[in-house]
Amino acid sequence: MSFISIVLLPLLCAALPWLASASQRRRAALFAAVAPALALALLLSYWPQARSGEVLLGGASWMPALGVNLSFMLDGLGFMFALLVLAIGLLVILYAHYYLGPEDDPRRFFSLLLVFMGSMLGVVLADNLLLLVLFWECTSLSSFLLIGFRQHRAESRRGARMALTVTGAGGVCLLAGALLVGRICGTYELSALLDQRELLQGHPAFPLVLALVLAAVFTKSAQFPFHFWLPHAMAAPTPVSAYLHSATLVKAGVFLLARLHPLLSGNDLWFYAVSGTGLLTLVFAAWVALFQHDLKGLLAYSTISHLGLITLLFGLDTPLAVVAGLFHIVNHATFKASLFMAAGIIDHETGTRDLRRINGLARHMPFTATLVAVAAAAMAGVPLLNGFLSKEMLLARAVSLDTGTLFDWAVPVFTTLAGAFAVAYSLRLFHDVFFNGDPVGLARDPHEPPRWMRVPVEVLVVLCVVVGLVPEAVVGPLLAAAAGGVLLGDVPQYGIHLWHGFNLPLALSAVALACGVALYVGLQRGYDLHRYRPGGLSGLRAFDGLTAAFARGATGTVAAVQNGSLQRYVAILVAITVLAAGIPALHARVEPGEAPLLPMSLPALAVWCALVAASIAVVVLHHRRLVALLATGAVGLLVSLVFLYFSAPDLALTQIAVEVVTVLLLVLALDHLPQHDRVERDRPRRWRDAGLAIAAGAGVSVLAWGALTRAPDSISEYFIRNSLPGGGGANVVNVIIVDFRGFDTLGEILVLAVAGLVLHALFDGVSLARAGRPASGWAADLHPLMLRLLAPFLLPFVLAIAVHLFIRGHNAPGGGFVAGLVASAGVLVLFMSHGRAEVSRALGALASAGASPGDTSLRLIAAGVLVAVATGIGAALIGYPFLTSAHGYLKLPVLGDIPLASAMGFDLGVLLVVCGATLLMLGVLWRLGETPAGPRPASIPEGR
Amino acid sequence: MELLVASGIGVLTAAGVYLLLRASTFPVMLGLTLISYAVNVFLFSMGRLAIGMPPLLREGGDLYADPLPQALVLTAIVISFAMTALVLALAVSLHAGSGSDHVDGPPPGGQP
Repeated sequence: MSFISIVLLPLLCAALPWLASASQRRRAALFAAVAPALALALLLSYWPQARSGEVLLGGASWMPALGVNLSFMLDGLGFMFALLVLAIGLLVILYAHYYLGPEDDPRRFFSLLLVFMGSMLGVVLADNLLLLVLFWECTSLSSFLLIGFRQHRAESRRGARMALTVTGAGGVCLLAGALLVGRICGTYELSALLDQRELLQGHPAFPLVLALVLAAVFTKSAQFPFHFWLPHAMAAPTPVSAYLHSATLVKAGVFLLARLHPLLSGNDLWFYAVSGTGLLTLVFAAWVALFQHDLKGLLAYSTISHLGLITLLFGLDTPLAVVAGLFHIVNHATFKASLFMAAGIIDHETGTRDLRRINGLARHMPFTATLVAVAAAAMAGVPLLNGFLSKEMLLARAVSLDTGTLFDWAVPVFTTLAGAFAVAYSLRLFHDVFFNGDPVGLARDPHEPPRWMRVPVEVLVVLCVVVGLVPEAVVGPLLAAAAGGVLLGDVPQYGIHLWHGFNLPLALSAVALACGVALYVGLQRGYDLHRYRPGGLSGLRAFDGLTAAFARGATGTVAAVQNGSLQRYVAILVAITVLAAGIPALHARVEPGEAPLLPMSLPALAVWCALVAASIAVVVLHHRRLVALLATGAVGLLVSLVFLYFSAPDLALTQIAVEVVTVLLLVLALDHLPQHDRVERDRPRRWRDAGLAIAAGAGVSVLAWGALTRAPDSISEYFIRNSLPGGGGANVVNVIIVDFRGFDTLGEILVLAVAGLVLHALFDGVSLARAGRPASGWAADLHPLMLRLLAPFLLPFVLAIAVHLFIRGHNAPGGGFVAGLVASAGVLVLFMSHGRAEVSRALGALASAGASPGDTSLRLIAAGVLVAVATGIGAALIGYPFLTSAHGYLKLPVLGDIPLASAMGFDLGVLLVVCGATLLMLGVLWRLGETPAGPRPASIPEGR
Repeated sequence: MELLVASGIGVLTAAGVYLLLRASTFPVMLGLTLISYAVNVFLFSMGRLAIGMPPLLREGGDLYADPLPQALVLTAIVISFAMTALVLALAVSLHAGSGSDHVDGPPPGGQP
């Protein structure tokens, strides 16, 4: 089994706890413990390799082109961290089993814990830097869910949100930093990266890389000024705090320091940034911890302070400091996890964590008191315990600093000062909880916890003592292996011993101890710590202010851009389009091509002048709507002339037909709208719009000019060659529509059909007149006499023309689209001359009895789509691709040869859909203005 | 000749865009109509200009205007007609429902 299973086991087994039911708490915990236990056993089987300094690599490629691989690495450093994660994880699962209350679902808790565990193992065992970033984000997300485990509490949600925001921001920085590293060094594999220090540090972007990575480290490891999320994360259940916020998650930051130490360290930037931040955090957080009234708050600030200590050690950047840093990571994990668990026990047994209320518990829980005494002493750095040893190593490094700056003095002085603070807050923790008077207003009678709940604490406390007494034997080899991983094998000769003789570090330790005791006694006597009220500037307030400012900024931006005005949106869209197309065009050289041009002709110039004049007329006269509408119609007719002139008779025909129908529709619509525009007073807006319009027009002109002056590169040769032999039609345009590109056309008539259906669905049976508006003028008008008399005679002619256009369409200008439009125009004229009611009656009689005209149109559309699809399927049935056409000639006695192609069936479908959709639209618009009774009493029975 | 077509397209576009940016629905519809003319002529002209060469096959003829853009534009004309009709109906119902033909609806609290 590969060592990769160490990472995969917890992730894969995250679903195991769900096999238990919500009430089977013991079973859920047992299931949860399976994966860590197996993974721990597997990890320990790799101890010989880790000890000998062998680096195991493995994994699979994932996105090799991007340099992202599922590659893992197990070295001494990874081994040590994985051991911490798994061992403390097991203890936490045991502890959590007793801690979780009846309202906490253990399955969800353990499941999330396993996901976190797997992510954390991924971080410490990843070889690929981007994979590490991925797992790093997973730890942020899973810790978000764990902190917010008790979702019903506002403080949980808020703490979780804050932790996610801060560490998530760090994660983004880390991603950026990792990408930069990969760009500079050409690989993301840590195993290959770590000896590229010169290449990376010689690069001008190195300070940026360092800043980004350190941003991730400092946010994750809660270094000043990003420390504030950690105290708020104490809203998490205590097992989570013990696991994430003392032993593992917050150590991910310092792990990254250790992991990237070979790559990033060894320069002044690293030295001052890392050790400076560490020192500041160490002192500041220790001082703040002293004034916390919340038991877990005190521990949180103490954690921040100790993380500062570790950061400081890595910043000092000597091999021995690195060893001390790694040592302190282990030590801190043991004593702080045990203290958190003890805090959870106290919370569990008393119902509060307020140091001002839980006093004098020594009588009630003497055994726990002893455990806390030992762990707190380790935290304070009392001799014979593990905390003393690493603190002693720090002091030894601090006094041997030799930079020739103020730093040489500042580090030992402030370290000793922080040591004194640590002694004071440890003393306060112990004294306040177990002595210092009697409990104040506790909800229940405190007593010792269940036997097994104490076991994890006992194990960790015993470790504190054993490591403190015989360090070299217990953690020596582990530490050596881990240091080998960080220092790439160049581990100096060192020995961790309890007794180094009388020297300066020992003296400083003694001073810290004495000052700490004096400080606590002094504060308690002279100041009464319980009366202290926190206030002033806090990170929380800054965070809240910052997030509120972001929210305000976002709201402001949205309000400025999206003010709800469609008019403005359209203007912005046009402006952006003009800019997006215009800016590159400014840089490119826009010049005409060299294709031969057509000479200008007088008729063309005349049409051009008329077109420009009509367009300008539409713009200038658009306040007088009917006039503008007529001018638009004129433009449309001129456009059809353009088509005709440039050899596109089909387009010209279609354009004329569409133009007629469109203008009639617009007239109908105008009947329901104001006849005049309101006067626009906003002169600047008109100028702005005019500017935009001219820019857009100029851009399109330049584009068209550029294209038109270049030789075409068309695929049409194929269509022209195959139109007759393949499609059986001489009108290439029509053959393309119904045969070559028949599938496109099918899509297009469907669009038409859907547009018709949408109108029908929206407005069927809706009469605007019903909404309290008087019947509009025209609908109630008597219809003009001449039109009324002529229209019925016109209709057969129009329909005959439509049939003619349809039949000849395959070989001459015409076809289903045009025929459909012409037929609709004929009906439309009838509409206008006789009113809808009569026409509906006529149409209703034409179609089945009892159908409304809307239904008639719908049937036309449906029939058209069916016919079109059926021709296609017909081809498919005889083994040709969908919509393949067959053709031949039909000899009729009078009409002569009629060319027949199966594509004509398809064209018939097109005709029906066009006709149906157009009539449907007409009907809808027409009906919108009618009173329910209709314009004339005689028209009531309209077949509904 | 090409210059005439190119500038004609530009004029149509400019007029259409200006009307598109008006506040009332009716000019917006006119603007959309003009823009669809411009787009159709533009697409059509991408087959280049040819005079007296309609793509109707005949004996002995070998020079034809490019039929493909014509086929595309033909359907585009019909589709833009359908869209115009849809927008028309929406505009009419907006006016009937709100009493205003402003594209943004009636001003809050103001008279229509």
